[in-house]
Amino acid sequence: MTLIDLANPTRFLSLTARILPPLALVTAILLAVGVTQSVMAPDDYQQGATVKIMFIHVPNAWLSMFVWGVMSLSALGTLVWRHPLADVSAKAAAPIGAAFTFLALVTGSLWGRPMWGTYWEWDARLTSVLILFLMYLGLIALWRAVEDPSRAARAAAVLTLVGAINLPIIKFSVDWWNTLHQPASVMRIGGATLDRAFLIPLLVMAVAFSLLFITLHLAAMRNEILRRRVRTLQMLQAGKPSA
Amino acid sequence: MNAMSLGPYASFIITAYALVTAVVLILIVWVVLDHRRQKERLRALEASGVTRRSGRGTADLP
Repeated sequence: MTLIDLANPTRFLSLTARILPPLALVTAILLAVGVTQSVMAPDDYQQGATVKIMFIHVPNAWLSMFVWGVMSLSALGTLVWRHPLADVSAKAAAPIGAAFTFLALVTGSLWGRPMWGTYWEWDARLTSVLILFLMYLGLIALWRAVEDPSRAARAAAVLTLVGAINLPIIKFSVDWWNTLHQPASVMRIGGATLDRAFLIPLLVMAVAFSLLFITLHLAAMRNEILRRRVRTLQMLQAGKPSA
Repeated sequence: MNAMSLGPYASFIITAYALVTAVVLILIVWVVLDHRRQKERLRALEASGVTRRSGRGTADLP
């Protein structure tokens, strides 16, 4: 099965109909394992039990950037290869990415209040993630504002690729500027600095949330394909002479 | 989660987990309801006599 094979929406619907039930089951099991491990994890010697917020904050923060990365690849698929499912993928991913970014911001805020003494600080990391969230909302608004999906797709693809500039800014903001946010402690040169007691639940939750995204994304893509079929039939109906 | 073992910031931890659970559930319900709505609309259109050029209907949908 190649990417070209998946260019056929009917084949995509058929494949995802088979994949989605087992994928959802594995996601649910892994989420249950991850949440159990997170709850059972020991308290941190400095942060106490608030370290448990890390197990939900960090996967959402990673996914907020990963989903934009997926949308950027889809944007290339729309503009360069004109893959018929590329803009379907981008449009379906945007609300899910916005939800993950919202959760990263709010859980970070709830973690920041007891640890930093403030819910919010206009520093580089927090501000760049807020900008990412606003860009997600802007993209969703653009998709809704333009009625013709193919016209909206090209404008959204350009906006997505321009917005991808924000991803390295978010990633390296903690190194480039003075910020309250701690530097990377998992994805860094020299390996993770987290103890295994925290690292394992964090990685399980990261994989579980990634699978959750894949499951939701595939399901949302199926819905978008159906929505476009409805639109086509409505246009045919509007053009049909009345009896 | 035992609130007694969560220390003085239990409300922050519980709120964070509750919020993530709520948003994830909303996403799942949104995707499921949207799927039902689109299938229903397709069925209604086909029932009114409009069909795709390929001749495939909702009955053929995987």
